[in-house]
Amino acid sequence: MLLYILRRILYVTPVALGVSVICFLLVHLAPGDPLTAVMPIDATAQQQAEMRQAYGFDRPLPVQYGIWLWKVLRGDLGHSIATGRPVLSEVSRAVGNSLILASVATLIGFTFGTFFGFVAGYFRDSPLDKAASALSVFGVSVPHYWLGIVMVIIFSAQLGWLPPTGAGPDGSGNWRPDAEHLRYIILPAVTMSVIPMGIIARTVRALVADILGQEFVQALRAKGLGEWGVFKHVVTNAAPTALAVMGLQLGYLLGGSILIETVFAWPGSGFLLNAAIFQRDLPLLQGTILVLAMFFVMLNLIVDVLQTVLDPRIQRA
Amino acid sequence: MAAIAEPLAPAPARTSHGYWSGVAMRLTRDPVAMVALAIILAIVLAAIFAPLIAPAEPFRGSMIRRLKPIGFPGYPLGSDELGRDMLTRLIYGGRLSLFIGVTPVLCAFMIGASIGIFAGYLGGWINTLLMRIVDVFFAFPSVLLAIALSGALGAGILNSIVSLTIVFVPQIARVAESVTTQIRSRDYVEAARVSGAGAFTIVRVHVLGNVLGPIFVYATGLISVSMILASGLSFLGLGVKPPEAEWGLMLNTLRTAIYTQPMVAALPGMMIFLTSISFNLFSDGLRSAMEVKQ
Amino acid sequence: MSLSQSGIQDGVAALAADPRDRGGAGTPLLRVRGLIKHFGRKRGLLAKASPVVRAVDGVDFDVAKGETLGIVGESGCGKSTTARLIMQIIAPDLGEILFDGEAVGSVALDLTQFRKQVQMVFQDSYASLNPRLTVEDTVAFGPRVHGLRRRAAIARAHDLLDRVGLEPARFAGRYPHEISGGQRQRVNIARALALEPRLLILDEAVSALDKSVEAQVLNLLLDLKDEFGLTFIFISHDLNVVRFMSDRVMVMYLGKVAEVGPSEAIFSRPRHPYTEALLASMPSMDPDKRTEEAPISGDPPNPINPPAGCRFHTRCKMVATLCAHAEPPPHHVGGGHLAACHLADPRSGHPRLVAA
Repeated sequence: MLLYILRRILYVTPVALGVSVICFLLVHLAPGDPLTAVMPIDATAQQQAEMRQAYGFDRPLPVQYGIWLWKVLRGDLGHSIATGRPVLSEVSRAVGNSLILASVATLIGFTFGTFFGFVAGYFRDSPLDKAASALSVFGVSVPHYWLGIVMVIIFSAQLGWLPPTGAGPDGSGNWRPDAEHLRYIILPAVTMSVIPMGIIARTVRALVADILGQEFVQALRAKGLGEWGVFKHVVTNAAPTALAVMGLQLGYLLGGSILIETVFAWPGSGFLLNAAIFQRDLPLLQGTILVLAMFFVMLNLIVDVLQTVLDPRIQRA
Repeated sequence: MAAIAEPLAPAPARTSHGYWSGVAMRLTRDPVAMVALAIILAIVLAAIFAPLIAPAEPFRGSMIRRLKPIGFPGYPLGSDELGRDMLTRLIYGGRLSLFIGVTPVLCAFMIGASIGIFAGYLGGWINTLLMRIVDVFFAFPSVLLAIALSGALGAGILNSIVSLTIVFVPQIARVAESVTTQIRSRDYVEAARVSGAGAFTIVRVHVLGNVLGPIFVYATGLISVSMILASGLSFLGLGVKPPEAEWGLMLNTLRTAIYTQPMVAALPGMMIFLTSISFNLFSDGLRSAMEVKQ
Repeated sequence: MSLSQSGIQDGVAALAADPRDRGGAGTPLLRVRGLIKHFGRKRGLLAKASPVVRAVDGVDFDVAKGETLGIVGESGCGKSTTARLIMQIIAPDLGEILFDGEAVGSVALDLTQFRKQVQMVFQDSYASLNPRLTVEDTVAFGPRVHGLRRRAAIARAHDLLDRVGLEPARFAGRYPHEISGGQRQRVNIARALALEPRLLILDEAVSALDKSVEAQVLNLLLDLKDEFGLTFIFISHDLNVVRFMSDRVMVMYLGKVAEVGPSEAIFSRPRHPYTEALLASMPSMDPDKRTEEAPISGDPPNPINPPAGCRFHTRCKMVATLCAHAEPPPHHVGGGHLAACHLADPRSGHPRLVAA
């Protein structure tokens, strides 16, 4: 078991390295000298050369990568050009907010998604199934940023029940789980939950329908096992895959939160990314993408290992 | 030697039909898929014939007629924040939205399928190497990768098409590799090898016909995601630039109008949703039609 | 069923008159010596070494021109792997394969030439035919690969379809999903014959068919063999079918040859305990001959760790200490009949022989 975990970590390492290479190269993809973003417009040639050397842009690319990687591994992601603060602290704060939002959204999506999926799978081809399936197709087809705007229109502009933007009453940069802040998370979380809800509903429906159709279930029923017992069997069999999908959805939401966070001005990593792009704040951009991607890689690894632990069918010698 | 015939049902009057005609037959009997297809065709045709059917000019605004509601005389779907007719902008917007949504999937299909089939058929270390590189891209959530690439390359139609293509190639490549590996070990491929055929001939005659179908269905399923992402990029300001008409961009510029003309502000998103769900439903129908075991 | 002696000689003489014949009547069409194929032996990082599967571990046999050699054995004995090694679908680790006296892959006989003379009929699975090609296109594919123009190839395909009992007018344009299992197998046979081979390997070719259909296809094969002057290697796990079809039979166990000889000799006077056990386990239609005791015990062992000495000794009723230490080589017991058992060799020192 331990050996398997070690093997998976070993397998992931080159992928993680590849991810870091891409993050590094992204910045150099941009047309024009990376230096132009950090330099004042009227800098003299002398100043340009000095800055180039200070930033290390005059060294060959692989060397730059090596230096950058070495710094990253020691926790130094550079400093934001716009604010001057260390990137790592900015990103950590932002990722924290995004994680909260994404977790709540995933939880909502998972709960409703499994419910709809179960209903659809158990009552296959019935009107209930069609309705549940329709909801799940809706979930994966709706542009979530548009849905966010519609929600704001309905619940904020028209009804005035919930605030349209921000994470807190004073435009605070952090969300706390208290009564005041609760109202601010509802709209973004519900909007965000729609996609995982759709995907999980689809997956669970397929799983449940598949399990119920298998012969061992018929055998159980023939032996006289009541519906509740069959239900428990279905849950145990469906759980590993369903949980894996949920974990992955959490990762996708975290990585793809920029659109919703832009609509709701939620101070998360996506919002930070947006700002970094438009301010051409390259260290911040690089740092944010790197942290988010690594998060996703770690999450995949955890989900993979958990799935093996929970699902005895995946045999590892 | 007399012909040894087994008792057969009398030879059917219809001609024998191949795989794709069977798929088409089943598809045409699926009401949901047909309605979805009709909607898609309507949107596509409207986009193509935009200059002929649009009532007004897409770029001509009027400062005194800004943000008029739906049904205002002369502006059937209202007007936007610069006084331009919404119906016209929506029809023209379809052109760009469809273009930046569908083109990446087409390009990714060609590139990704080639990579996947190549890796899948050859197997061995080539396969491992290619798939590992694909894995690295898979390590990014698609939205993040699309935005990172767009952010790095800069705004613009071409750049967003390029970034989305890069996002979709690994997904299609993976599906292509998986299907090709399955087909490669089938008996009829082995029989073809036994007849002495070369690799190219085998791929052309035996592999491609059986592999392109599932890959194509997967790709059609990606179109809805692509449209949402592409419009999303424009929504963030990373894609199409004003004053072009494009649904995502329109959604962005109309944001301030949600308090004054909410219905008008929501219209562009409605179009994205409609197109996306139609592609999804059609793709689902296509997949069901292809899955029938014979 | 087997041809009479003079019948065989006439047949062999006729085959030697084939313009493609190189070795003459006396040369076996196929000669296999020391064939070895092991699978596995991969060592990944941090992974245990994959166990080595000794699928074929030293196999020798000949196939004379015009005869049918049946190969029998349980799952895992290596008969399918042997077939694929002969066909050059997988490369042998060691061993020599001579076709009509010439080594395959040598200057005298390159792979393309070989392919035109040896073909294989696969077990009928639905995946044995490309679902996207019509029946005639499937059969015509081989000839087209070797240079025949489309029209000529299709004409040849129609001719073959006719000979295997499928009316071209009705079947040529059909797709595999529109025809039955027996018909698909006829198409498989037609496809194999399209290149006009001299040797046909039938790997479980009738195993998936219903019994009545199986009988028809077997009779078809026998007729085709006469008509085209073919030589067969017939692989099956069904002893009755092998007995019906073969002139000579080879019994394989765990990658090695247990016994080989004329069909009648093997079935009525088996000299290897494994063959005896196989024959005894065939249920009889005669109610007086009930099987009371299982003739063979244990599961077929797996080819990853074959037992030391004689591979069969762990399941053998006549086992002695000698058997666990020394592997018996095939011993000639007369009339072209060989058995790899210490009991067959009077000088092996097996205790039961001494007692007799």
